[in-house]
Amino acid sequence: MAQYEVTLAGFGGQGIMTAGQLLAYSGMAEGRKVVWLPSYGPEMRGGTAYCTVVVSPDRIGSPIINNPTCCCVFNRPSFDKFAPRVRPGGLLLVNSSLIDVESDRTDITQLLVPANDMAMKAGNPKAANIVILGALIGASEVLSYKVVEKTMKEKLGGKKDLLPSNIKLLREGYNLARKELGKKEKV
Amino acid sequence: MAKILMKGNEAIAEAAIKAGCVNYFCYPITPQNEVGEYMARRLPEVGGAFLQGESEVAVGNMLFGAASTGQRVFTTSSSPGISLMQESISYMAGAHLPVVIVNIMRGGPGLGGILPAQSDYFQATKGGGHGDYRLLVLAPSTIQEAVDLMMLSFHLAEKYRNPVMIIGDGMIGQMMEPVEFPEHHEEPELPSNDLWAITGAKGREPRVIKSLFLDPKLLDDNSWNLYDKYARMEREEIRFESYRIKPKNKILIVSYGTMARICQTAIDELEKDGVSVGLFRPITLFPFPSKQIAKEAKKKNIENVLVIEMSTAQMKEDVDLAVLGAKPVKFYGETGGLVPSPDAVKEQIMKLIKNPNDELKRR
Amino acid sequence: MNEDARTLFSRPESLNEVVTHYCPGCTHGVIHRLVAEVLDELGVRENTVGVAPVGCSVFIYKYLGTDFLEAPHGRAPALATGFKRLRPDMMVFTYQGDGDLASIGMGEIVHAANRGEKITTIFVNNAVYGMTGGQMAPTTMPGQVTTTSPGGRNVNDTGYPIRVAELLSALVTPNYIERVAVHTPQHIIKAKQAIRKAFTYQKEGRCFSLVEVLSTCPTNWGKTTEESLDWVESRMVPYFPLGCYKDPETAEVPDGAV
Ligand SMILES: Cc1ncc(C[n+]2csc(CCOP(=O)(O)OP(=O)(O)O)c2C)c(N)n1
Ligand code: SF4
Repeated sequence: MAQYEVTLAGFGGQGIMTAGQLLAYSGMAEGRKVVWLPSYGPEMRGGTAYCTVVVSPDRIGSPIINNPTCCCVFNRPSFDKFAPRVRPGGLLLVNSSLIDVESDRTDITQLLVPANDMAMKAGNPKAANIVILGALIGASEVLSYKVVEKTMKEKLGGKKDLLPSNIKLLREGYNLARKELGKKEKV
Repeated sequence: MAKILMKGNEAIAEAAIKAGCVNYFCYPITPQNEVGEYMARRLPEVGGAFLQGESEVAVGNMLFGAASTGQRVFTTSSSPGISLMQESISYMAGAHLPVVIVNIMRGGPGLGGILPAQSDYFQATKGGGHGDYRLLVLAPSTIQEAVDLMMLSFHLAEKYRNPVMIIGDGMIGQMMEPVEFPEHHEEPELPSNDLWAITGAKGREPRVIKSLFLDPKLLDDNSWNLYDKYARMEREEIRFESYRIKPKNKILIVSYGTMARICQTAIDELEKDGVSVGLFRPITLFPFPSKQIAKEAKKKNIENVLVIEMSTAQMKEDVDLAVLGAKPVKFYGETGGLVPSPDAVKEQIMKLIKNPNDELKRR
Repeated sequence: MNEDARTLFSRPESLNEVVTHYCPGCTHGVIHRLVAEVLDELGVRENTVGVAPVGCSVFIYKYLGTDFLEAPHGRAPALATGFKRLRPDMMVFTYQGDGDLASIGMGEIVHAANRGEKITTIFVNNAVYGMTGGQMAPTTMPGQVTTTSPGGRNVNDTGYPIRVAELLSALVTPNYIERVAVHTPQHIIKAKQAIRKAFTYQKEGRCFSLVEVLSTCPTNWGKTTEESLDWVESRMVPYFPLGCYKDPETAEVPDGAV
């Protein structure tokens, strides 16, 4: 697969950075080149936080990506900022639990994921990021589901009690994307 | 050893430990705080000295004291903090002490901002403090290169008994990339630090590590000794990378650090469109690869040398000096935390290709 | 509107009508308000210059309606000195965190106090470096976990927290120095009185004045707002006793000084 770029954006505390890191770790586990670049500084306190992950078969040049292949937006300010930036032909994942608008762009694939509601229902309210990560994998096929699940087990293994529900939510996010986009294989 | 995904700041910290440096002094400043936080956890494990000083002025001078023992020591900071260390850096250079200082640069002058910039080029490469001295300055463009240069820097500091500075913009500190640490770290043999370090005057004449020479002849000697070291660095330490440099190129880009990576992406994309542009990336900023740049710039087809930096044309002065008017040297840059995108770089290159006489300057 | 309606509480004129960037539960905002009220009451807003520190309160100039200078980290008392020496008719105050004042800026504050500069310092002690993400400060409590003291502050290695009010009170120069807190309404009232006194002494051209305010940093303490307020009372107040440490009214010049 060619170079794939994902920007994840939301409030500080929504697990944006963690989701991005899981993606980067997974890319590495599949033998790709990866870069994870966060926004940093006081804006992370309460304001918007975002990170960009680049996964590529080749040496990665610029870590700065203005028009990523995919944007995952977790709140309204991030939607406003990043929805217009998705590269034509790219993918926009919208956390529809917290964002009540949709992009009117017709040159991208848009997927609404009620990530907070799904996480809440699973009794794991902080795991909206995991749902979105699952949906991202399901929709983009940038990495295999298996690798991401394995990475999550390794990296989030410390929170043992939450792991089963994290895995469930990753799968639910994945399957939701498959269903919505009419793709066959589910997990 | 397997590759691990690490933040630049943490990779720099671990690289120092792997190179046998377990002594670290620091003062908090964004965007390099992760180094100190990592060292606060790691150094007690490996039995080194970790101390958060009361200021960068103090930290620089703690380095001075620590380096005098002959052991390896380093610090990291960011632009305003590095300014405060200039006193100690000048004294350490004058006293021929090997230390390593990392500057994860943010925008200036003054309090400036906290986002990535390359605005401390002059400060790093022209000495920075008072007196006739220079630092050996290294500029990584990837986290792996930051690790490699960090591990090399202690050896270079000792080889020349001179402070070495590594400069990276905020992205080098904050970014995560896979890195690999060598299984065994080997360095060329050097004379023992015990030959000059302060160890107690048992069985030898007492030693003084100092930079005061009231006799002008002695001070003159000291300054020329320093000068000779820098001349030797120019002979032995110049490092750079050439990327897609070909005889048919009309433009030679000169850029360093993360900015050079961004240029690479632009160049790769232009290459796909059939436009061929070469990149010269200095890795040592002092000594500066002037001769090498001049050689490339003088090639027949080159119409323009284009310097691209996240500053208002600081390195451009050194490129001007290298090229000495043989070819026009143009500049493009953004600063203050703005980072030129590959698209912006492409646009500037295309402008120059269409109108070789264009003056590019700013965003 | 009811004829008897009276305004009991409103925004001080010296406090700008903007949303601050402070974290929920941070008491920097309370302290800003107290300063604003005092500036209003003394009627000095238009004749005052504040000197902003480097720390979370670097943006204080957005929140208070006076002129401001932005100092390098820790140097606010030096800027204030320079300004005040040339404009003794104006009110000059610094607003500084504990990293700013008690670490990098220790030299400047000691000498400004010792010279008896006719300036006022509001010193916000929240036991941590806030802006840079929770590193150890000189005022960090023994055993307190911070990002650069992951095992808790070890006093054998880093000494005990600096008591700034006590330290500066040891200077002979007759200054006004008081420590207050803002974790309960009663404490806020007392804090206001101290801040008012500090500015009043300056207005009268009498002395250097410093009010140390025990403040919260829920974000970097890893506590809720309530827990943070409790922590001020249970951990900080016993070590940093509240009260007036020095007052020119009662200051004594020791034997041998004259
Ligand atoms: C010379 C210099 N060193 C370091 C910094 C980074 N820095 C910014 S704010 C700060 C400390 C803030 O802590 P404190 O004074 O306790 O204030 P708080 O944020 O807790 O209110 C530091 C070290 C800087 N700006 N300049
Ligand atoms: S980091 Fe701490 S001091 Fe700074 S605004 Fe937040 S709570 Fe207040």
